[in-house]
Amino acid sequence: MKRGQTGLQSKCPAFSAHEKRANRQKKATSGCAQSYTEDWGNLPHHVVLQIFQHLSLIDRAKASSVCRRWNDVFHTPDLWRRFEFELNQPATSYLRSTHPDLIQQIIKKHAQHLQYVSFKVDSCIESAEAACDILSQLVNCTIKTLGLISTARPSFMDVSQSHFVSALTVVFVNSKSLSSIKIDDTPVDDPSLKVLVANNSDTLKLLKMSSCPHVSPAGILCVADQCHGLRELALNYHLLSDELLLALSSEKHVNLEHLRIDVASENPGQTHFHTIKKSSWEALVRHSPKVNIVMYFFLYEEEFEPFFREETPVTHLYFGRAVSKDMLGRIGLNCPRLVELVVCANGLEPLDEELIRIAERCKSLTAIGLGECEVTCSGFVEFVKMCGGRLTQLSIMEEVLIPDSSYNMEQIHSEVSKHLGRIWFPDMMPTW
Amino acid sequence: MAVNSVHWFRKCLRLHDNPALQEAVNAAHTLRCVYILDPWFAGAANVGINRWRFLGEALEDLDNSLKKFNSRLFVIRGQPTDVFPRLFKEWKVTRLTFEYDPEPYGKERDGAIIKMAQEFGVETVVRNSHTLYNLDRIIEMNNNSPPLTFKRFQTIVSRLELPRRPLPVITQQQMEKCCTKISENHEQLYSIPSLEELGFRTERLPPAVWRGGESEALDRLNKHLDKKVWVANLEHSRINTCSLYASPTGLSPYLRFGCLSCRVLYYNLRELYMKLRKHSSPPPSLFGQLLWREFFYTAATNNPNFDRMEGNPICVQIPWDQNPEALAKWAEGRTGFPWIDAIMTQLRQEGWIHHLARHAVACFLTRGDLWISWESGMKVFEELLLDADWSVNAGSWMWLSCSAFFQQFFHCYCPVGFGRRTDPSGDYIRRYVPILKDYPNRYIYEPWNAPESVQKAANCVVGVDYPKPMINHAEGSRLNIERMKQVYQQLSHYRGLSQLASVPTIQEEAEPPMTDESQTSTSSSSSSSSSPPHPTVMDKYKPKRPTSLDLFPQLPPAGTQVCVCVCVSICYVHVCLCVCFRERERERELGCV
Repeated sequence: MKRGQTGLQSKCPAFSAHEKRANRQKKATSGCAQSYTEDWGNLPHHVVLQIFQHLSLIDRAKASSVCRRWNDVFHTPDLWRRFEFELNQPATSYLRSTHPDLIQQIIKKHAQHLQYVSFKVDSCIESAEAACDILSQLVNCTIKTLGLISTARPSFMDVSQSHFVSALTVVFVNSKSLSSIKIDDTPVDDPSLKVLVANNSDTLKLLKMSSCPHVSPAGILCVADQCHGLRELALNYHLLSDELLLALSSEKHVNLEHLRIDVASENPGQTHFHTIKKSSWEALVRHSPKVNIVMYFFLYEEEFEPFFREETPVTHLYFGRAVSKDMLGRIGLNCPRLVELVVCANGLEPLDEELIRIAERCKSLTAIGLGECEVTCSGFVEFVKMCGGRLTQLSIMEEVLIPDSSYNMEQIHSEVSKHLGRIWFPDMMPTW
Repeated sequence: MAVNSVHWFRKCLRLHDNPALQEAVNAAHTLRCVYILDPWFAGAANVGINRWRFLGEALEDLDNSLKKFNSRLFVIRGQPTDVFPRLFKEWKVTRLTFEYDPEPYGKERDGAIIKMAQEFGVETVVRNSHTLYNLDRIIEMNNNSPPLTFKRFQTIVSRLELPRRPLPVITQQQMEKCCTKISENHEQLYSIPSLEELGFRTERLPPAVWRGGESEALDRLNKHLDKKVWVANLEHSRINTCSLYASPTGLSPYLRFGCLSCRVLYYNLRELYMKLRKHSSPPPSLFGQLLWREFFYTAATNNPNFDRMEGNPICVQIPWDQNPEALAKWAEGRTGFPWIDAIMTQLRQEGWIHHLARHAVACFLTRGDLWISWESGMKVFEELLLDADWSVNAGSWMWLSCSAFFQQFFHCYCPVGFGRRTDPSGDYIRRYVPILKDYPNRYIYEPWNAPESVQKAANCVVGVDYPKPMINHAEGSRLNIERMKQVYQQLSHYRGLSQLASVPTIQEEAEPPMTDESQTSTSSSSSSSSSPPHPTVMDKYKPKRPTSLDLFPQLPPAGTQVCVCVCVSICYVHVCLCVCFRERERERELGCV
């Protein structure tokens, strides 16, 4: 309630609920004393529309009950191009859902206006199934952007594959101009990707499908082969192949802007990771010199063996689990394009040498984050000195820095600030 | 006219540095010290046996100290609003004294009591003694809003005059002047309730690791300040195996119950430092824990919803999972991760765990692995943790779950690696999860990876004698990092590591969002209650338009009235993060050192 009013008030101060009431009273007592044009109900359609565009759905819905004209504006297609369905169950989520009546209204009245659609579901299978049910009713749509987002556990994975795939293909077949699709952690499979390609190959620009276990390297290769406008791709390492990189680098293909690769293993030693040829990486970077290559690693220390043995054009690196000192050493040697690096954990040996080598060789490095690692204060100062002001992000947990004979914790902040040219502090956690 | 004082003990269970108590004895003819407790309510409250035992011991210690002055502690059963009118009449009270309680619940209760006392013609004297500083003064110095970063807080505090010097302990002389006759049936009417009376079963209750009371607190303070111990702590402040165990010099529960005055600790540390370091002025890190406590108290004092996500202006709304089964496994130490289970067992048995252990289990429950709301974790700590202050507990949980105070979220503690780094031998695990005691060091943090022969040899087969890990940590943390990204991307002025916050994606797909504008405007108006945001700064941090598919605009959930609340809280988050960002900017401008 409060928001509805304050929202309106702050946007157009003259138009407060209070004044509206006053107006109405005036009209009632003095008949048509006020001139016709001053009536709020007679604001031109485009003006109301512009105001509505600044309001949330709730506010619009409330405003739409003011008069018939405003109600007409409420149903303007422009206002229904974007919608986010939120599907939650009271037992599994603290968040509320999109009201079923509204969902029905959208499917009936505004389905053909929808262009940017997302579904947010909680960890309950019913929510994911409800999302699939809505998807399968979006027949007369021209959706451009589709996102399926699990806000807690990946519940789309619990939906039966056939249900999910048939719902998804409804959109793939009917929309025909899909350009962005985000379907991470879903049971999408090769045949559905084929349907996607068959109907949307000219328009597809973005495809995010990390952790989709039913897709094979051949399935994604088919997408890369046919969708020459694809500029962004997110997938798991097991789908990454030399052929895929070459397909993305073919002459017909536009420049790739963004490639995100998740490298994860479930249990130590059970997954064997293949290597990508240096020549394939080179082909990709030759074709798309500005491409961001983002890699997220969630591996056990001993599994890093196959990575970064040769020069790799990775730009962003995130190590979610412990990473070996050896591996960090190789990064300094073989990742000349590195821009950002996050190391969540490492063993107990200081990483001084590795960091200094990274500072020396990774000339584009601008951001670094260190969690459970150790670096001596002098080593760290040396690293910062070498990188200087180009380090725009420097997030180091306080415990990472080991005081030594040159610097204690008080001194390091001023020393690092000096080299960065701005005030800097290590990140800290409450000690309580 | 005779001055009949009543001193109401609540948070400061001590006779030293107790300004309100000093006011009570000042020129008084009689003095009665009361503690009010509702046994029925106590039994129903979510407070564990260790905390009640600690409180009981603290009250006993007070009673013993008062006995030496021929006085006693009057423990009165009931609710303050029911109890006081009766006492006012019965004892012809003219003056009521107590320490200032800065927490929202306490402020409300005290307001009602002060009003009631006025009606009875009783003078009330309230003195600040539970915190170092006057929290309202800190807020005032920060343009009337509580500082939301610790650095900013430190800067403000460094500009304040030193905390008030502690007062001496109440003396025999002072007490003699207002000696009150103790009735024969005092024990019957005003005794300290036993744990049994509070509804706890005490058979097989192991002895307390932390003994409550002012005497014990002062004893520990001396040990804490013992030069050698202290110097050693200063040189090796890094965590090791020893730091995980309850230390005979630990003070946090005593600060919580006010058995030890925070100012006494502050000045003792300060003087010791200056003696050792040849009069150089002490660094703020010396007072680390004390300042953190103060920081959270300041953040909470005007925020009655500080302990929940909904309606809490500083808390980011995160779509946590509801999973009572998983929560129970965590709370009872049955996660299958020995490091987590050992910590939770120590917490349940002893009532205290090291702060890094708190980080480990809090991260595991929330953003790291289980994706369960910090509120659930906070409630478990409230039940079990001796030093759980309302403000500090809620604040720390928000911090550790990345729900407030703008903390980096990229760093998740590994439930295997973090423990192993802290205690490579695994002795801590063997002590609190004895079923694993025969595991070799190599596997003690991840017994599920031990070959079957090793498991059998150790007499503990995973899945039979000890639970399998309840979650795949690698998978869980991968998912959770993505979820945090989703949450933080919607707070589009978040500027963390760009890799985590926003990965550059195709721009043309995004339409101008329809909600962002309205959120900005709403936030400016709704924030007027706290502090009007500076227009230019607001503009600077005006939400950027989303530039990629990742940044789906935050449409409010539709349809119901209640949803509006959700929107409002999202707006508040915008405001508060803006404030937070402005603070960061200011820090830079000020060059706060």
